[in-house]
Amino acid sequence: MRFNFLPLFVAVPLMGAFLTPLLSKLWQGLADIVANAAGVFLLGLSVFGLVSLGTGASPLVYWAGGWGPRAGLPPLGIAMVYDPLTALVVLATNIVGFCALFYSLRYMNGYTAKWKFYTLFLLILAGLNGLVVSGDLFNMFVFLEISSVASYGLVAFGTEHEELEAAFKYMVLGEIGGMSILFGIALIYARASTLNLADLSGQIAAWGHNPFFWFVIATLLVGFAIKMAMVPFHSWLPDAHPAAPAPVSALLSGIFIKVAGVYSLCRLMFNVFGLTRENAAPFFNLLLGFGVLSIVVGGLLAFAQRDYKRLLAYSSISQVGYILIGLGIGNFWGIAGALFHLLAHALSKGLLFLAAGSVESQTGTRDMGKLSGLERSMPATSWSHLFGTLSLAGVPPFAGFFSKLFIVLGAIQSRMFWLAIVAVIFSVVTLGYLTKVVNMVFFVQQGKEPTRAREAPATMVVAMVLLALLTVAIGIGFRPVLDYLVWPAAQVLLNGLSYARMVLGG
Amino acid sequence: MVPFLACVLLLLIGLYMIVLKRNLIKVVIGFSLMEYAVNLFFALVGFKREGLAPIITQAAQPRNFVDPVPQALVLTSIVIGLSTTALMLALVMRIYEKFGTFDISEIRRLKG
Repeated sequence: MRFNFLPLFVAVPLMGAFLTPLLSKLWQGLADIVANAAGVFLLGLSVFGLVSLGTGASPLVYWAGGWGPRAGLPPLGIAMVYDPLTALVVLATNIVGFCALFYSLRYMNGYTAKWKFYTLFLLILAGLNGLVVSGDLFNMFVFLEISSVASYGLVAFGTEHEELEAAFKYMVLGEIGGMSILFGIALIYARASTLNLADLSGQIAAWGHNPFFWFVIATLLVGFAIKMAMVPFHSWLPDAHPAAPAPVSALLSGIFIKVAGVYSLCRLMFNVFGLTRENAAPFFNLLLGFGVLSIVVGGLLAFAQRDYKRLLAYSSISQVGYILIGLGIGNFWGIAGALFHLLAHALSKGLLFLAAGSVESQTGTRDMGKLSGLERSMPATSWSHLFGTLSLAGVPPFAGFFSKLFIVLGAIQSRMFWLAIVAVIFSVVTLGYLTKVVNMVFFVQQGKEPTRAREAPATMVVAMVLLALLTVAIGIGFRPVLDYLVWPAAQVLLNGLSYARMVLGG
Repeated sequence: MVPFLACVLLLLIGLYMIVLKRNLIKVVIGFSLMEYAVNLFFALVGFKREGLAPIITQAAQPRNFVDPVPQALVLTSIVIGLSTTALMLALVMRIYEKFGTFDISEIRRLKG
């Protein structure tokens, strides 16, 4: 009997979220301590989980209240499942969550009511961790809503004109997405009378690919597409992500859109609905189409931006497109590349948003036209920003290079040469718009006076440097990352319906 | 069948209000309508004609029970709906303090 740590992923951040307001009444510093302790604990737990999962061990399943499957009966209780895919996503979430919390120690002093920030931030973390470990459809929806509602609050945190407007826009679209997902869940329950993902996959396999099946997939796809800001549904993201405080932008752009959108979508489509490239080619071509559209539209709009954080937000739309085409290719390299890109983009985009936040807090502007030559005064920020840029643009030996390489390999393997060409060209475009930031803000002075500023405080620098080192480490040590993290996770998706056997046992 | 169609109608009315109304309060009302529609749909999924409350007694036959799971789920989703409506109204109030209007076409600082 292994030690079953799964409920802690939800319990610890939830407890932290509700302890911070109470303890901050005693002493302000306690809120910092509790929130960061929760961040450290979650990071430690996800590393421990990864190690305990090992390479060949069976995944961990937790049945709430001991209501597991009995002989001849469907499972009654709520399940939590920890398999290699969960391990990968949880690790990415908690690395960025930890760095963002550490960064906000000093950064959030610029705002009032720091404990409110910590409460909402830990609620997002609780929701995202819960969503990933959950093995129950309705439970996934509840955790999705917990993190969404907390993120609406955090986008509006500055309570100025732009923040409020962006938060309202985000909330309207996000809730339509949530409602669409709930409607899909109701439809599934009406037919299958179960909510457990493993049990559900057996039921759905009996339906066949009839119109009802596709209608359910369409309602779910609309919901998750809004959450992940796929291109026709992206209009909220470039407003919402820049409006939030920097650590929140880092979490939302780096993690939220991928966990709430991409992870949920691929868990349901591959493991529950059992879609594969062979039996559902139109669905995968649809993903490819939306992915290419996201890459192109996000990449081109990013070029036109003057606002530093807004440019990064458009870039997120474009990079999620890469993950989508990786999934849409649907062969081994495509999926492994998509998951690798999920990790690489989480770290690099989190890093870029943190660097943007430290520029904003030290100079008071995000307009790239007003900044120049910051490398003189803020070397640590500048160099970490450069690392993030190189990783995101796919320059070897950074993490982003290998993810894009695998996606291109997957495309070539499936003989989709046009797709490989688009991916490579827009990788150059990515480098182009990100280099624009690097030049205008940090390294080139363009005949202007270098902007006067002081380097960001030590804790902020530590958080950025940590993420920068990770992007290099994952790039250089891509082989072990691939062997222990990405390949097992890609296997879970490729094995599709054997997820059910794995969870229910036998 | 008729109740299900009524749900869809309610959903469409809500969507219409969210998309086309210019007053923020009306957008929030549209939201509540959509939410009711989905909740009603979910509750109807578990409905059974002349069904009994799902409490096991000597007299009740298990096959007459109404499915209790959707009811529990709808209860959860009503609570989520309550909190989103409250947050949305709070945002609308702050927007009114800043912009001095509920008209959505006058609240356009951010360009798409």
